[in-house]
Amino acid sequence: MNLRDVKEILNAEVLCCEDLLDREVKTCFACDLISEMLLHVQSNTLLVTSLTNAHILHAAQVMDALAVVFVAGKRPDATVIKKSEQSGLPLMTTKKLIFECCGLLYLNGARDSLEECD
Amino acid sequence: MLNDSFRFTPHITLEFKIGEKDFFIAGESASRVKKTLQQLGMKQDIIKRTAIIIYEAAMNVAIHANHGTLKVYIDPEVISIITEDEGPGIPDIELAMKEGYSTASHEVREMGFGAGMGLPNIKQCSDELDIDTKVGVGTTLKAKICLNNKN
Repeated sequence: MNLRDVKEILNAEVLCCEDLLDREVKTCFACDLISEMLLHVQSNTLLVTSLTNAHILHAAQVMDALAVVFVAGKRPDATVIKKSEQSGLPLMTTKKLIFECCGLLYLNGARDSLEECD
Repeated sequence: MLNDSFRFTPHITLEFKIGEKDFFIAGESASRVKKTLQQLGMKQDIIKRTAIIIYEAAMNVAIHANHGTLKVYIDPEVISIITEDEGPGIPDIELAMKEGYSTASHEVREMGFGAGMGLPNIKQCSDELDIDTKVGVGTTLKAKICLNNKN
C-alpha cells in the first residue's frame, strides 16, 4: 500500500506534497500524545492523529515520519500546511474517525510501529 | 571500542534559550541537533534518543519554568544534554518520575503534551540522568548518552 492507496482507502483529501504519494506504507501509529509518538514510532511510519498544531510537524520530523493523516475532518492552518510542504511531509485529512482509519489501514496491510527506546 | 564514525567526532556545543511558554523551541532544537548528529554520521538509535531527551527536557522548561537554557555537548564519547531553568522546581521528584503524573495545564494537554511521560521518557533514553531541583528556585537536568556502548 502506498500513500495514494491510503488516500483512496480513507477517502482523504491531500493537503500537501501530492507528488510524494508513491511512498510505501508499511507501519502506522495512531495517537494524540506527542511523548508517546516520540518514544514508540520508528522511521517511515504513517501517523494518524487528531492533533493539528505545529508541534505535530516537529515531532514528525524528529521521528522521520512518512506522512500524517488528520482524522475527524480536522485540518491544520495554512502555516502548518506550508511548512509541511517545504519539509516534504505529506499531509492528508479524512472525515473518518481514528478507529475506522486504523481498521482500514490494518486490513490493507499496515502494521504497528512499536520500537522500544532501549 | 568506538565505532569509526565517532573517532573523529569534534567537540560541539549547541545552546538554545527557552522562554516561558516557548513551546516551539523544543521541537526546533530537537530537529536542529538531530541534523547535526546526522551530519556527524551518528547511529540512528543515538540520534533518536538524543532528540527525544531534548524535546522532552526543553518542553518541560517551556511548560513549567519562567525561562531557561538548553545546552547540548557532543563529545567523542558522550552526548550531554543539560537544561537549567529558573522556575517552581519539582517538589517531589519520585512522583514526577512516575508515568502519568503531570501538573501541566489544560492548554498544554490540548497541544498533545502534559501526559506525564516527559521525565520517564528522558530516563528511558538516557544512560545517566541527574536532576537537581530546588522548590521556588529552579531545576537543572543533566542527561548523558554514552557513545561507546548501546550502539
